[in-house]
Amino acid sequence: MNWWSRPASDTQITHGGRLWLYTLAAIIMLLLVIPTLIVVPMSFSDSQYLEFPPSNWSLRWYEEYLGTAKWIRATATSVQVGLLTMLVATPLGVMAAYALFVSRHRATKAIFLLLITPMIVPVILIAIGTFYAYGRVGMNNTITGLVLAHSALALPIAIIVVTAGLRSYDLSQEQVARSLGANRIKAFFLITLPQIRFSVITAALLSFLTSFDEVIIAIFVSGGANATLTKHMFAALRDYIDPTIAAISTIMVILSSVLLLLTQFLGSKRGGNR
Amino acid sequence: MAGAAPLHEAALQRQHRREQWSILSLVVPAMIVIILIILIPLSWLFYLSFLGDDGGFSLENYHKMTQYKSYYRIFVTTFQVSILTTLACIALGYPLAFFLAQLPPKWAGIFMLAVLLPFWTSLLVRTYAWLVLLQKRGILNEFAVQIGLWETPIKLVHNMTGTLIGMAHIMLPFLVLPLYNAMRKIDGDLMHAAANLGASPVHAFWRVYFPLSLPGMVAGALIVFVLCLGFYVTPAVLGGGRVIMVSNHITAILENQFDWGAASALGVVLLVATTFTLYLAARFFRFDAVLFGRD
Amino acid sequence: MDRFPPELDFAVTDSQKETSALPITIRNLTKRYGPVFALNSVDLDVRSGEFLTLLGPSGSGKTTLLMAIAGFNRPDSGSIQFGGEEVILAPPHKREVGMVFQSYALFPHMSVADNIGFPLKLRGIGGTERISRIEEALETVQLSGFGERNIDQLSGGQRQRVALARAFVFGPRVLLMDEPLSALDKKLRERMQIELKHLHRKLGVTTVYVTHDQREALTMSDRIAVINDGELVQLDTPKRVYNRPANAFVADFIGESTMLPLTRNATGALTFRDQLVGEAGEGRDWTLVVRPERLFLADAAAETDERTIVLKGVLREAVFQGESEMVLVALDGDTELAVRIGTGGTANPAGGNIGGEVYIGIDRSDVIIIPGGRAQ
Repeated sequence: MNWWSRPASDTQITHGGRLWLYTLAAIIMLLLVIPTLIVVPMSFSDSQYLEFPPSNWSLRWYEEYLGTAKWIRATATSVQVGLLTMLVATPLGVMAAYALFVSRHRATKAIFLLLITPMIVPVILIAIGTFYAYGRVGMNNTITGLVLAHSALALPIAIIVVTAGLRSYDLSQEQVARSLGANRIKAFFLITLPQIRFSVITAALLSFLTSFDEVIIAIFVSGGANATLTKHMFAALRDYIDPTIAAISTIMVILSSVLLLLTQFLGSKRGGNR
Repeated sequence: MAGAAPLHEAALQRQHRREQWSILSLVVPAMIVIILIILIPLSWLFYLSFLGDDGGFSLENYHKMTQYKSYYRIFVTTFQVSILTTLACIALGYPLAFFLAQLPPKWAGIFMLAVLLPFWTSLLVRTYAWLVLLQKRGILNEFAVQIGLWETPIKLVHNMTGTLIGMAHIMLPFLVLPLYNAMRKIDGDLMHAAANLGASPVHAFWRVYFPLSLPGMVAGALIVFVLCLGFYVTPAVLGGGRVIMVSNHITAILENQFDWGAASALGVVLLVATTFTLYLAARFFRFDAVLFGRD
Repeated sequence: MDRFPPELDFAVTDSQKETSALPITIRNLTKRYGPVFALNSVDLDVRSGEFLTLLGPSGSGKTTLLMAIAGFNRPDSGSIQFGGEEVILAPPHKREVGMVFQSYALFPHMSVADNIGFPLKLRGIGGTERISRIEEALETVQLSGFGERNIDQLSGGQRQRVALARAFVFGPRVLLMDEPLSALDKKLRERMQIELKHLHRKLGVTTVYVTHDQREALTMSDRIAVINDGELVQLDTPKRVYNRPANAFVADFIGESTMLPLTRNATGALTFRDQLVGEAGEGRDWTLVVRPERLFLADAAAETDERTIVLKGVLREAVFQGESEMVLVALDGDTELAVRIGTGGTANPAGGNIGGEVYIGIDRSDVIIIPGGRAQ
């Protein structure tokens, strides 16, 4: 029996009978992937008009990007804000996730709900809200203000990722460590943390990416010398199609892909640890 | 031992309380961030929305919304875009999730990258890509003209069409991930049993599989819908000023009139609509399940 | 499957034997969850050096009690003393208890040696002393040479031994075990029961063991504390718990039994089917407990004499079970007795006499009379 006529599912439908599904799924997956990756070849085009496939290959848009002080400074800001957001959101997220996981207090459910509000509230509201509040305290256009706002966005993601890690961890290990003579803090750092480390790293990567890719809050509360890459990109998109954006986008796509593959790898490692 | 005072009762209770608080104190830093960034600014906006021109309490900002035709158009556009995007995501996402759920887990993990890669890529990048793809001299138009689908390049971007295409692309993963999760949990034995009882594959699908996958689909659809309601970047870029959703209008009010009361009131309406939809969603699924693809 | 060493005994070195065994004294220990008492004013004395098992159905409070001794469950009130020292307010890491969990809870990110060395490291024991004590502990659980292995390279039984070694290597004041064998298959479990008992005898450390498996409790314990609904029902040696259950719960929970209600005759003595069973005690209701293996098929001729009680019934069913034959005899109406008969050459099997009349006897010394009515 060849693959074609073998049953594809529990209802004994064959792979041949499923051909329409495979075709359809392939088309949809291409529709998902092509627009994500198309910027990569286009960024190497010599033309002002972003043809595909490019008739002449060149690195001029990368030169343009690297040679423009505005882009370089914005990139530095975005990286700086992303890293700081990661450094704020990851430990805070781990602490909160651990506390909510271990505590049996009645309030934990309400606190969890409070901590995930940044996922519920439309970002535009967070943007104008912080813009207004920062205006009152003079924090607009500051790195601190942006990091704080991005940390709020990253916290629920970090908490959810770390909580998932804790769920697949046997908490009795921590109890054993304590019975063997470790106090709570030692037990956490010596036993629990090393075992949820993949979740913690994933949370850190996602916190960075959340900040690095964030547009709307950046539009409002970042500016001047501290404007982010996304803010400049958004401005450039609204006005005209600057092929430099293709070069920057390519860099961002590569960054996302690397981080994604990293978390997939960590995920499979975490699964193998169980 | 009746009558004897319980041993160490007070000390144990004190210790219990101290331990509970020391654990809960770990969430305090995170709570402070959320309170500073979310709660205080939102409360402030809420307060501003009820402030009249004279600085006293007033409903005029809300009253305006019922008066002006422009507001009406914005609400209609917002719902139109959100509903159409959601429907497009269901149409494209259901077969894809079904396909992925039928694969052996190892293969599903590989094909899932097609969903996760866009999910992880900056939506600004993807919006930009669509801008390039859909423009008059863009790939899509050239391809369509070449194979004779239409004769001259047509306007695909800076209008509703472009906005919908871009948003469906950006939202699709949000539907596929929870739906796939729900489908994976459907017991294969059920379909097997249905087949053994003589149901045709089509019949078994509609009578057994589809109803079981429905909660996952509804959950995903509600997420997509909610995210659409508050969307800003894609309509701003791909709509070219012709597709004005609530978020875009809030920004416009602030940029043009600097009217915080009106902008806040619109924001409050958006928040209420979002919260209500999510309340409905919460009845179908656990909220953190949405993010499973990222965990 | 584990490779078993030729000899059963654990090799225990002198340094481990020095562990001075402490008694555990528990008084008025109470823990409530809302209106439910997980522990209801429990008093329990664990003698120094003894192997005591907390036995009860799930939800009885036995694990709550163990966790309270370890310090992971904070009771509402009461007292727990290790050798006269009050520990109820001490945090777990200051109680010096060795603990073995059902899941073993080995640290997967450490080698076997690092797992066992963990409590030593925390106590500042380093260098050659740590290495030699890890070596000794490994030897004791017969895993010499396994130190560098990873946890995921071990079988279930080996993991069990590592968890055990880690729990006693630092000379804890008491050893606590929470259903440590329940994850093992039946054969390995029975083997480990005996090994644990030997290890305990060698180490001499006061041990509290939790299980819901009555056979395990009978096999291993010096004494058994039967727990039900948060209360200590009976504290006795395995033999006495089995032969002299305190009440219907214990009789029913431990071993197989049939319970028959007793009536009083004119002189106040307790009778069953007009046969004198025992003398009257206080209280109204009394129940006769018979163990299937203590019953035998008797000759009609040997009607009740001084040593045996004989009952007449109808053979309902005889089931061959290998080492024994289970025979169901209907006395009359709905009263049915289970009788377990040996299948050896000298036994008296019931054979194919189904539906026929039989006589079953029981030695008077095997008669168990407990207060109260039938167990629910």
